[in-house]
Amino acid sequence: MAVTFVIFRMRDLFAAVMLMGFFSLLSAALFTVMDAVDVAFTEAAVGAGVSTVLMLRTLALTRSRAKQRFNRPAVIPLLAVLAIGGVLVYGTFDMPRYGDPDAPIHNYMAPRFVEDAPGEEDSVDEIGVPNIVTAVLASYRGYDTFGETTVIFTAGIGVLLLLGGSHRHEIGGLHLREDIVLRVSLKVVIAFLMLFALYVQFHGDYGPGGGFQAGVIFAAAIILYTLVFGLKKAESVFKRRSIEALIAGGVLLYGSVGLASMVLGDNFLDYDHLAHDPVHGQHYGILLVELGVGITVTAVMVALYFLFATRRSSPGELSPAAASAEDTQVIETA
Amino acid sequence: MATAVDWLSWACLLGGSFFILVSSLAVLRLPDYFSRIHGAGITDTLGAGLMLLGLALQAGFSLITVKLFLTLLFMMLTGPVTVHALAKTAYRLGLETMLAEEVDDHHRPD
Repeated sequence: MAVTFVIFRMRDLFAAVMLMGFFSLLSAALFTVMDAVDVAFTEAAVGAGVSTVLMLRTLALTRSRAKQRFNRPAVIPLLAVLAIGGVLVYGTFDMPRYGDPDAPIHNYMAPRFVEDAPGEEDSVDEIGVPNIVTAVLASYRGYDTFGETTVIFTAGIGVLLLLGGSHRHEIGGLHLREDIVLRVSLKVVIAFLMLFALYVQFHGDYGPGGGFQAGVIFAAAIILYTLVFGLKKAESVFKRRSIEALIAGGVLLYGSVGLASMVLGDNFLDYDHLAHDPVHGQHYGILLVELGVGITVTAVMVALYFLFATRRSSPGELSPAAASAEDTQVIETA
Repeated sequence: MATAVDWLSWACLLGGSFFILVSSLAVLRLPDYFSRIHGAGITDTLGAGLMLLGLALQAGFSLITVKLFLTLLFMMLTGPVTVHALAKTAYRLGLETMLAEEVDDHHRPD
C-alpha cells in the first residue's frame, strides 16, 4: 500500500514506472508464498516485464515529469470509494483463515474432484475425462474460463483500438522470401506445427493441452508463415476481416454453449443435457468450449502480430522492419 | 546384450551433454557473431541428437522411441535452419565478419 501511495504522488514518471515494476514483483512474491506459482510467474512476466518495457517506451515518446495539477479534492468520489472499499473489507472478515484445513474448499471441493469419496462420485465418474485439470477448468469452473476468454478478447480488441485504425496501406514487413532454405524447410514444419496444434487442442482431455495452449501453437505456425512469405501473402490467406470476426467468434461459441444448455433446461454452462446422457453431454460441452477458447486465442495473437508488423514507430517515419524490407526489395530487383 | 545397450546409451547421453557444454562455451566465449551462432547450432544437432539417441536406446522398441525420433527429426530440421536465418539476416543487414578485411569479403551477393 505504501508503494501505491508513493507511485500516485510522485511526479518523476521514470521513478514511478520503476516503482510499478517493483510493485509487480512484490505481488508475484506474495503469490508464490500463497503457492499459486502459475499466477506468480504470469504476474512477474506481465507486470514486472512487459508492462515496464511498454511504459518506458511510452515515456521515451513523452516527457518524463508529470505536470503539477491543482485540483480541488473530489469529495463525492472519495466517499464512494471509501464506502465500497469498506464493505469489501468487511466481507473478508467472514472468509476462512488462509490455509485453514477446515476450510470448505478442502473438505467439499477437493475430495469431490479427486478421489472416490464414499457415496459421492468423483470427477472421473461425473465427467469421464481423465485429466482433472481440464475437468475443473472447462466444466466445474467453466464460468471462470469464460471470463478468461473474455479477458483475452478484450485485450485483443483494446490493442486493436489503440494501435490500429487507419494504417491500411501495406508496407509489407520484413520477409526472407528469396531464401530458399527457409522456404522449403518451413513448408514442412508449418504443416506439422498446425497438426500438432490440433493434437494439443483435442488431447486436453487426456493430458496437458486444451484451448489456450493449442491456440498459441496455431498462431505460432501462422506467424512463421508470415515471417518467411511476407505479410501480403499471409493476409491474402488469413484475411484481416476474418481474423477480427474470429476473435469474437470464439467467445460467441463459448457463450452459445452456455445458452444452449439454458434452452435445454439446465443452468448456464451446465452440459448435462447436451447429449443423450450426462457423461457424453459433458464431453461435448468441454470439446466445444475448448474449441471456442482456441479460436479466440489464435485469432487474437494473429491479429496482434499483423498489427505490429505494419506499424510505424512514429508518424511519417517507417518502422525499422519496414525500412529494411524496402532495402531488401530494392536490392532484390537489381 | 542388455548391458551393451546400456553402455551405449550412457555413452550417447554423456556425449550429448559434452556437446551441449561445448556449445554453451562457444556462445559465451567466441569473438565473432557468426562463429557464436555456429556454436549455438551444435546444441540442436549433435547435442540433442546424441541425447535423444541415448534415451531411445534406454526405452527400447516402444511408442516412446517413435516420439523421441520424431522430436529428433524436428529439432534437426529446425535448428540449422534457424542458425542459417540468423546468419543470412545479419549478413544482409551489413554485419561484418571478423576476417572481412583479410579475406576479400567485399563482394556481397546483394
